[in-house]
Amino acid sequence: MPKNPDIKKVLVIGSGPIIIGQAAEFDYAGTQACRSLKEEGIEVVLLNSNPATIMTDKDIADRVYIEPLTTEVVEQLILKEKPDSVLPTLGGQAGLNLAMELEEAGFLKANNVRLIGTTAQTIKKAEDRLEFKETMEKIGEPVAPSKVVENIQDGIAFTNTIGYPVVLRPAYTLGGSGGGIAHNEEELIEILGNGLRLSRVGQVLVERCIAGWKEIEYEVMRDSAGNVITVCNMENIDPVGVHTGDSIVVAPSQTLGDKEYQMLRTSALNIITELGITGGCNVQYALHPTSFEYCVIEVNPRVSRSSALASKATGYPIAKVAAKIALGYTLDEIKNAVTKKTYASFEPMLDYCVVKMPRLPFDKFISAKRTLGTQMKATGEVMSICTNFEGALMKAIRSLEQHVDCLMSYDFSHLTDYQLDEMLHKVDDRRIWVIAEALRRGMDYEKIHDITKIDNWFIDKLAIIVEMENALKAAGEAVKAGVPAAEALSEELLKEAKRIEFPDNVIARLTGIPQDQVKALRYERNIRAAYKMVDTCAAEFAAETPYYYSIFDGVNEAESTHDRKKVLVLGSGPIRIGQGIEFDFCSVHSTWAFSREGYETIIVNNNPETVSTDFYIADKLYFEPLTPEDVESIVDVEKPDGAVVQFGGQTAIKLTEALMKMGVPILGTAAEDVDAAEDRERFDEILEQCQIPRPAGETVFTAEEAKAAAHRLGYPVLVRPSYVLGGQGMQIAINDQDIDEFIGIINQIAQEHPILVDKYIMGKELEVDAICDGQDILIPGIMEHIERTGVHSGDSISVYPAYNITEGNVKTIVSYTEKLARALHVKGMINIQFIVDGENVYIIEVNPRSSRTVPYISKVTGIPIVPLATQIICGHTIRELGYTPGLQSKADYYAIKMPVFSFEKIRGADINLGPEMKSTGECLGIAKSFNEALYKAFQGAGIKLPKYKNMIITVRDQDKEEVIPIARRFADIGYKIFATKGTSKALNAAGVKAITVRKLEQESPNLLDLVLGHEIDLIIDIPHQGAERSRDGFIIRRNAIETGVNVLTSLDTAAALATSMENKARELTLIDIATI
Amino acid sequence: MKAYLILEDGTVFTGVSIGSAREVISEIVFNTSMTGYLEVLTDPSYAGQAVVMTYPLIGNYGICREDMESVKPWPDGYIVRELSRMPSNFRSEDTIQHFLEENDIPGICGIDTRALTKILREKGTMNGMITTKEYQDLSEPIARMKEYRVTGVVKATTTKETYVLPGEGKKVALLDLGAKRNIARSLNERGCQVTVYPADTPAEEILASNPDGIMLSNGPGDPAENVEIIREIRKLYESNVPIFAICLGHQLMALATGASTYKLKYGHRGGNHPVKDLETGRVYISSQNHGYAVDAESLDPNVAKPAFVNVNDGTNEGLKYVGKNIFTVQYHPEACPGPQDSSYLFDRFLKMMEVND
Repeated sequence: MPKNPDIKKVLVIGSGPIIIGQAAEFDYAGTQACRSLKEEGIEVVLLNSNPATIMTDKDIADRVYIEPLTTEVVEQLILKEKPDSVLPTLGGQAGLNLAMELEEAGFLKANNVRLIGTTAQTIKKAEDRLEFKETMEKIGEPVAPSKVVENIQDGIAFTNTIGYPVVLRPAYTLGGSGGGIAHNEEELIEILGNGLRLSRVGQVLVERCIAGWKEIEYEVMRDSAGNVITVCNMENIDPVGVHTGDSIVVAPSQTLGDKEYQMLRTSALNIITELGITGGCNVQYALHPTSFEYCVIEVNPRVSRSSALASKATGYPIAKVAAKIALGYTLDEIKNAVTKKTYASFEPMLDYCVVKMPRLPFDKFISAKRTLGTQMKATGEVMSICTNFEGALMKAIRSLEQHVDCLMSYDFSHLTDYQLDEMLHKVDDRRIWVIAEALRRGMDYEKIHDITKIDNWFIDKLAIIVEMENALKAAGEAVKAGVPAAEALSEELLKEAKRIEFPDNVIARLTGIPQDQVKALRYERNIRAAYKMVDTCAAEFAAETPYYYSIFDGVNEAESTHDRKKVLVLGSGPIRIGQGIEFDFCSVHSTWAFSREGYETIIVNNNPETVSTDFYIADKLYFEPLTPEDVESIVDVEKPDGAVVQFGGQTAIKLTEALMKMGVPILGTAAEDVDAAEDRERFDEILEQCQIPRPAGETVFTAEEAKAAAHRLGYPVLVRPSYVLGGQGMQIAINDQDIDEFIGIINQIAQEHPILVDKYIMGKELEVDAICDGQDILIPGIMEHIERTGVHSGDSISVYPAYNITEGNVKTIVSYTEKLARALHVKGMINIQFIVDGENVYIIEVNPRSSRTVPYISKVTGIPIVPLATQIICGHTIRELGYTPGLQSKADYYAIKMPVFSFEKIRGADINLGPEMKSTGECLGIAKSFNEALYKAFQGAGIKLPKYKNMIITVRDQDKEEVIPIARRFADIGYKIFATKGTSKALNAAGVKAITVRKLEQESPNLLDLVLGHEIDLIIDIPHQGAERSRDGFIIRRNAIETGVNVLTSLDTAAALATSMENKARELTLIDIATI
Repeated sequence: MKAYLILEDGTVFTGVSIGSAREVISEIVFNTSMTGYLEVLTDPSYAGQAVVMTYPLIGNYGICREDMESVKPWPDGYIVRELSRMPSNFRSEDTIQHFLEENDIPGICGIDTRALTKILREKGTMNGMITTKEYQDLSEPIARMKEYRVTGVVKATTTKETYVLPGEGKKVALLDLGAKRNIARSLNERGCQVTVYPADTPAEEILASNPDGIMLSNGPGDPAENVEIIREIRKLYESNVPIFAICLGHQLMALATGASTYKLKYGHRGGNHPVKDLETGRVYISSQNHGYAVDAESLDPNVAKPAFVNVNDGTNEGLKYVGKNIFTVQYHPEACPGPQDSSYLFDRFLKMMEVND
């Protein structure tokens, strides 16, 4: 069936800010879909509140709206743009929900807009619990049997029909409290009784327990003619019980025979057919490990994180094909973009093994529980490809950017056998490391399997890795005993170690042979990485798309061509807090710009969610870990003319030195100057030369030195490791005790770099992104943070243009920027953060690279910052490119970047904002007026107030004066204010009515009761800084977050929110940023 | 023990010997299925060939004997990248290593199967040798390889005696040309009484049993070689009994009715091939295993018309015979291994037999 000619203008809804469970994958899917639609001559209108996405670029869609994802906005946009269709299946759950609301309200029909890619009926069948169950029953697909019971007798009776164990889930309790798994009647009576008491409505769901079953997923596609195909199946190494987003996943499935594989495949195709989906769909199964019994866990009737993974794992572009199907094409009419010979109506065959590992944020939330369960906690993920499972796993581990590179990286050797046994029972992100330790101690597979339910096949693979560790250790012993290194580390052993992807540094650590020598031995014996192509068809057809992965047991397929200059673009790895999608935006734009400059472009990255790892982006894609060795292997084959590191965040910057050693020129700012910006002493020298002040500070290595420095500087001080991003490990210390604690935390990770101790200055924080061609400097704009210093810039509300500084400040900032860019010989991007205290301007930090604010500043100013910087790196000058150096005149709009957090997903994490970054994403409010922009930004971040007009205020003594006017403003809006004793007293004394509530430890009704009573919609809680954090405050904040209450921990944010609410706009003005 | 795979073009792959250490010369073909290695090994259509599995990790779920598609493995040799040292599946009874040894099948592992597949794709299917002997001079083994032809394989794989799978429904005569078990099973599961005949059974004998329908199975080798069987199939064609044929059966029916077959460059072997039903436009993902195809150009439009076509390369995938209750497909509706999407064809066959009543 050819394209439907009635579809001419399509509204695509994106997924909004990055939060846990909804990350960069939707930018990838959305970007691909928009391009796919535009290819067909469709006019694309795009709506997404996230400015850091590629999909919100004007070259991706025809009309681009970075506006809050609310029904009001979508309605207004539809009236304004009059699209004939809405494509809602590419924006994750957020996009789908919005479309459903409009459909159900009859708005779409009333305005002659059709849903394409799905129907309301399909979505309901897949997402409504009851309808889903009925649909599955109708076509004979099993779901885990369950029943809601209201007394113990019914519970026992129902359980007797389905068998033990059962999962008990009380209705409406916080975070699933009161639930559990009952293995027998005795446990059932106890847990069920408790659950019934705890449930607000006296109901408990009794469900057949499928925890421990194999978790298998299928990605399937269907077109309007009813043709169905499977793109990929995947097996979770972690059995049912751990969210698939937090599981280690392998593609294709490894432990399923053809009977099981086809049984589930047929089931998935039956389901997509019954649901009538036109596009992609993900079906998750629980498969009993010792029978053919299975249950359908869930169906996602849209593209998803898993579909992005499946696309990257197979080379089959699900979102692109889904967009074409939405237009009416059938699978056999759509060409396979990889082979260009076959069609989309086929199933990819892999001749390699893919491993995905989650990137969990426990390095940022050290107080959080590491336990993994059904609530996803990962912020991002990495993928790796190899011809064997061990190798794929080893590559994935070192791609995580989490200081791990093998199965010894988390050391559990100090545990007693008993403790280790206990650890094995814990399901957390270090489980495979615990298993490795158990294997080292000779624990048998069966026991490990009984405890973890992980399939023995995977346990055996971990054992193979452990055996290799032992073999290498033995070689090390031999070396110690006098055997020559070349003999101890025999060719055979080295080959095998490399085949399963042991990096040279791990081999060196295990054998005691210096890494250089390991490498020399490898090269002597010609044990080098070769590259194979991902071609969707296991080499059955010739493929044209150069998408490569490395192996050590085969012939190289990557052909190095040298007809053009060639640049290596280093990506930014997994999405984690502090290094988000912004850097992918920069990498992709830089790649495109190099391409326009006539370069052959090569991207190296390992994040399957991103646009940069879409094989259309660069001339070549190497899906590889971003470590010096992995990059060097690529360099050996490709021999690039240069590498660019300034767009891939800290991951890429960290590779600068290694690239220099390989003899690869760093394009743009020289490696030496990058180092000068990051090295404390060298940087201080430069500041001195330029006569630029910075907060006094010292470089230290130990806690004692740090304390001495703090005494010299005077508390409070900022403590942080050098060479980090996102303020990792950065804290404000107010006394010696804090320093001991912080340095202890910092030193949990081996430090090659010193620790910085700086005087903390309270003031306004400002930020500048600039481009320098070595001579002239172009400053697109100055951004001002709403929160004062002390809150990480990534967690601050950032306003462009700066709205609250003097002309003098502006002049100083521009002058410092120019001086610094010249002194550091910047060629390309530089990012500088300032503190403004009256007329004094200090430098806090300089990053000789692209920053997270670049995407939004580009969009609001219309200055293509990354392409310009790239052209400059290629040798052009600012003037030559038609720009006038210096600070550019302000744009016509205010743009306010609002951080978005995922605190409710991470139990036990403290939400208190500080110098360490905690936000996972951001959204933008853009408008002609400051107030409207601010309002939009809060809306976009999902802060939709007021709801109940009840708030709690609790602040420190030193904030009492400052909180009064803010409280008064909320009272004027109509808020009823509850406050703790001291705060209440201060407010009432100032004439702001406040009701005193008891503190936590006091009897009911107290603060917590108020929060749990579901009638509070806002809390302003300013916690104590440093280690003196009150336990009470923590409990209140956690409970508030988990019940969906907005909590602000900065007075500046609170004041901004008041402003936004006071100026609530009646009708928003929607701005097409493609016209800026 | 070291083993070598030598191709007739002189390429040598060095790996590790698996299964029997015996030297063997065979035709080397590749299969892209990611699961179902035991079904592949026991598919009689591989008689006379050595199979390369393009999926690198083989043997993960061991040997589940009930999945065997015939009584024994048929390939002359087995070529893989990596064999799992520890299979894991609740039905697993044995390891693939042991299975190969037990059946005296030589093989090689630890080679770059993708590089090998690319050679076969670019140069076409060719002969090769698996050996544990290190040849200094390749000209002698290559000369032997060049002489190798796949012949007599239908005779080798077909049943020696007629046997019956009892059923209450339609009586189907299945001509075993090297049949996979699941063909008979698929019919039997639909209630049919299936009588399985050796490939050289005279048409008269089959027709004398008054079957409600005749099924021609899959099988190995060059279809044109089966001159006598083709003659008998012509007689079946001329009867009024409904006929459904798969793979080799499909090719032999085409040859029996005047069309011709040709050898594909490297065949279709795997579980992901799209075939399009020319009547409805629907596309089905199919299980395939064939090195030859019916030349659609050679069809007499008064005798047979293309019913299915391969979406990838446009080759013929099925025929409908004019004025006859006969339809034939090149691919494998019985799956095992591979997608079950085309099992509806057995239902169509049943319906055809009912209508014929």
